[in-house]
Amino acid sequence: MASGPVIPDFGRGSSCVRDNGLFCWGWVKQNWSDTLQPALLQHILLTAVAVVIGTAIAFTLALAAHRRGWIATPVVLVTGLLYTIPSLALFQLLVPLTGLTRTTAEIALVSYTLLILFRNMLAGLSGVPGEVKDAARGMGMTERQLLWKVELPLALPAVVAGLRIATVTVISLATVAVFVVDEGLGAPIYSALQQTFKTEMIAAGALCVALALLADFLLVLLQRALSPWMRVARA
Amino acid sequence: MTSANSAQTEGPSPYPSAASLEFQHVGKRYPGAVRAAIEDLSFEVPAGEICVLVGPSGCGKTTAMRLVNRMIDLTAGDILLDGVSVTRRKPAELRREIGYVIQQIGLFPHQTIAQNIATVPKLLGWDKQRTTARVQELLTLVSLDAEMGERYPGELSGGQRQRVGVARALAADPPLMLMDEPFGAIDPINRARLQDELLRLQAEIRKTIVFVTHDIDEAIKMGDRIAIMREGGHLAQYATPDVLLADPADEFVARFVGADRGLKRLTLSAIKDIQLLDGLTARVGEPAAEARERAARHGSDELVLIDGGEQPIGRLPVARLDGKPVAVEDAEPLAATARRQTSLHDALSLVVADGNRPLVVVDDDGRLAGLVDLKLISDALQTRR
Repeated sequence: MASGPVIPDFGRGSSCVRDNGLFCWGWVKQNWSDTLQPALLQHILLTAVAVVIGTAIAFTLALAAHRRGWIATPVVLVTGLLYTIPSLALFQLLVPLTGLTRTTAEIALVSYTLLILFRNMLAGLSGVPGEVKDAARGMGMTERQLLWKVELPLALPAVVAGLRIATVTVISLATVAVFVVDEGLGAPIYSALQQTFKTEMIAAGALCVALALLADFLLVLLQRALSPWMRVARA
Repeated sequence: MTSANSAQTEGPSPYPSAASLEFQHVGKRYPGAVRAAIEDLSFEVPAGEICVLVGPSGCGKTTAMRLVNRMIDLTAGDILLDGVSVTRRKPAELRREIGYVIQQIGLFPHQTIAQNIATVPKLLGWDKQRTTARVQELLTLVSLDAEMGERYPGELSGGQRQRVGVARALAADPPLMLMDEPFGAIDPINRARLQDELLRLQAEIRKTIVFVTHDIDEAIKMGDRIAIMREGGHLAQYATPDVLLADPADEFVARFVGADRGLKRLTLSAIKDIQLLDGLTARVGEPAAEARERAARHGSDELVLIDGGEQPIGRLPVARLDGKPVAVEDAEPLAATARRQTSLHDALSLVVADGNRPLVVVDDDGRLAGLVDLKLISDALQTRR
């Protein structure tokens, strides 16, 4: 009975893995295509869906609040409340309603984007100088033309600023979604939490950080491309 | 005065290149307000003239202007643009046919200068080629380089931005321009330059212009007619600058135009409007006796010495004539000379500064045109009306 090995068999791992090194490149290479890469792609998808839906909802609300000022206060109140609910609690609160599904994860993630996106969009729209709007109307723009040709382009830098914060927040929060759905970079991190071997967690965590930095950088590029006028010196 | 400008013959505007404007018992009362912002305002601006609305702050001049393009809707009376009530037009369509310039300009910071100027043509659906050609034409018209079209408003100086504001308002060749304190935020030197440019431009394009200002000097300089308004949107007097200064309707107008209204009237005419003194000249080389005799005939104790090309050299006091032929060395240098287009106001200033001695006026080619003295200037104030 006491004849078998007491130490579990880790298979034919590299010396790094056998010695339980802090970070093993070999393991990352070996597990890239069947663990890390799918997790990364799922993570990007989770984030993208949440940001797109969040932007659509926040945009609608911001336009409504821009036209009728009284809407802003209740929206900030509700989205602010959503924003303060601890993410883990929110995921669990939603499970009885929508089950252990991707939908649950997305609902929670979307709700965290709303406050940031809404506030930035509204700030951008109300930051358009009064004389610019007066001139636009005075030249014969309709309210719709004023919105699309003047107000939204001028609000764009503030909108993208909000988009950057929201995106980075969602990339980070999406790891917690592993508690409802086994997707994204949260999955390898979660599984690594239950073992002593740390490489998996470090690799997934590093991917998460890299993804956030890359997304932020791409959004900065987008903003610069869409608002070239921001770069000119103010006379 | 109707303009002969033909640029308007194409395009959809129902108006000629300049439209008459008529306020008929216009009133504006805000809901819940005790007093009307404007009460029973009536006046008429003939096509092609600049009408300046001037008055203390709160007199309703800006409100009156904004009633024309329906940025504010009137509550009584009517405003006729070229005989048609503005209330019968859709506001957005009406505004595209009326140039609009405001003090803060309101250029679109996210659009290039060319795009800014093209705003109304684009709203009117002009094709690209026509719009581009018009933008280039307008940049030239307001003295901006063509390459300026690619810049953003943030890269321009205040004066340049205001020129763009005027160009943008003129883009679709509107028959009427509304200008609300357009040069109010510009430093005095550039303001004077922009005023001169607008007057030069107006001589060319002959638009009907409603110009709002609180500065009576600007009103006198810019206006063919001036409407002086007092609190509550009442019209205190509507007249040409000359009549306003010569004959203020009441105490309010007299105080508003200022105690120096006589001097201000002098800004309205130039040396070319009056008959100059002549004959008070001496030529280099002529006998002293002849010069002395000529001075005596005019009752003057000095002459202006001119050279063979009729160019003034200096003042020649009769006391210096000592029997020898008149020589260049006898002359005293001139403190200043004026041109025919110099205003009587500036001429008076030069005369007073030079010890009340007659002012030498030269033509554009530098030849002596004649002399102006104090009496001629004060006579001009008595006779002109």
